[in-house]
Amino acid sequence: MSFITNILPTKSTLRKVEEYSFRAIMYLCVGIIFFLLIAIIWGIIKKGFPALSWEMISSVPEGGFYFGKGGGILNAIVGSLYLAIGATLLALLVGLPVALYMNVHLVHRKKLVNVIRFCLDLLWGVPSIVYGVFAFSVMLYLGARVSLLAGIITVALFIIPVIIRTIDEAMKSVPQGLMEVSLSLGATRTETAYKIFVRQCMPAIVTAVMLAFGRAIGDAAAVIFTTGFTDSIPTSIMQPSATLSLSVFFQLSSPMEEVKARAYASAALLTIIVLIISITARYFSSKYNKSRIK
Amino acid sequence: MPLITSLRGRKINSRAHAIWMVIALVLVLLMPLTIAIGLWVKSAPLFSESSIINLLFSSSWKPMSGHFGFWPFISSSLLITTLAIIIGGSISFFSVIYLTQYAPKSHVKIVQPVIDILAGIPSVVYGVWGVIAIVPWVSETVGPMFGVQTSGYCVLSAVLVLAIMIIPFVLNILIEIFNTIPIELTEASLSLGATRWQTIKYVILRKAFPGIISAMVLGVARAFGETIAVLMVAGNVVAAPHSLFDPAYPLPALIANNYGEMMSIPKYDAALMFAALLLFLVVIVFNLFARILIVRLEKRQ
Repeated sequence: MSFITNILPTKSTLRKVEEYSFRAIMYLCVGIIFFLLIAIIWGIIKKGFPALSWEMISSVPEGGFYFGKGGGILNAIVGSLYLAIGATLLALLVGLPVALYMNVHLVHRKKLVNVIRFCLDLLWGVPSIVYGVFAFSVMLYLGARVSLLAGIITVALFIIPVIIRTIDEAMKSVPQGLMEVSLSLGATRTETAYKIFVRQCMPAIVTAVMLAFGRAIGDAAAVIFTTGFTDSIPTSIMQPSATLSLSVFFQLSSPMEEVKARAYASAALLTIIVLIISITARYFSSKYNKSRIK
Repeated sequence: MPLITSLRGRKINSRAHAIWMVIALVLVLLMPLTIAIGLWVKSAPLFSESSIINLLFSSSWKPMSGHFGFWPFISSSLLITTLAIIIGGSISFFSVIYLTQYAPKSHVKIVQPVIDILAGIPSVVYGVWGVIAIVPWVSETVGPMFGVQTSGYCVLSAVLVLAIMIIPFVLNILIEIFNTIPIELTEASLSLGATRWQTIKYVILRKAFPGIISAMVLGVARAFGETIAVLMVAGNVVAAPHSLFDPAYPLPALIANNYGEMMSIPKYDAALMFAALLLFLVVIVFNLFARILIVRLEKRQ
């Protein structure tokens, strides 16, 4: 018997084997995540850069663009920027007051605020295509046509929860004392909200805006219903507008290689824009962090 | 605001802002209800002819003759979402254990931006990457390995792309949940002589279990509604998929692909609205379940 127990691994070695194998799996998984990021960025850049030219980002599509003729995607770049900037501003206009109201005016109604947070978290989860379809049916009802304005409103609707919850998370941790001091000095609640809370939470607000902007510029499912697509740069918000993500989508479905190459280039451009946004967000949020009262 | 200095002016200003805040809040909170009612009203014409059970489980999709059976789309969505969360969820699960239990702070600082960037990459870019990387790989390497001829536009590609897309989303929630577990628990367990791994297995994971479930459920909801990327790689053939190499046609893809024709065929628009309503309800129910779990978890601590 002792012979058998000698060659069988002991309990503690088994434990070690278990721990080491699970640790190996963990390293592998973290490695996979790194690998994916590099593979995605590298894949998009390798395919996209050869087709990326100055003509492409500085001119609108010419006749036969979608059959491989000349022109560029300036219409989509400008359209996407208009859409994302408009939607982010609109969402901030609605979202910031809501976040402030929850944390300044409703500060003693914890239960109510938690219910609101719960609803916002639910809204955050709703996919953008549902907003798109919903907005489309409202537009049908009103007899409105696809336009930049409709797109801006729709996109704003689904980034509002993102903005509110991101700002709210930061406002939760503003020390109660700051508000009490401000109120005791005679400031109204609104003044306290805009002069104390906004300043104190600047890094979070910037992060929220950047996050929302990134979502707005990358969205394709909601704008397909509401913004339409056109080859010219919109001159008013009642006109339809092209967007980068849809431009990628439409060009990729073409059977022609030249057009597909342009889709890759547009995707590379979109990736670069999103990367720049994410880096700026990090920079600004660390910059504003210095002036916070802790 | 420095212009307004009189007390009355300041009070009026404060009032006005407070009113706008309340209006904005009410508008935001009414959103889910409005969406549900709007979609319900719009999809009502569909219910007059066939029962909801029939709509959900019939496989006959012939818009021209008024037959709307959603089973091909529902089964595609279910299959793709389930497999995606199994793959993406387990990668996130093992990563979060490493990041919160083993990794030194400096490693976490490197990984966090990677997760953030992955989370910020637009859906359409994931789709393009799927088309240039995953689809050829599936059709040239994975398919032949199993002796299957496939174009690569199939369930497997959609699953892989979707799994990758939900990793940063699920991982971020998991990190938050693991960080709420009090450090004292680990310390107590270690001081009793348990190894690191035993502590994780018997203390941390048990404590985090509801949180892990809710993170996975949120991941499922997220994957269920993902549109453009899946649309680009799933193949979009109306038939319930039977293998990993069959093309699929998930619900969101159905909606996004047919917005052009929906006005020209009678009841087609109602059918698409119904698809959106289904999507909305599934996502809301899943989110509700997960959020309630999370709230309970927070209360206990």
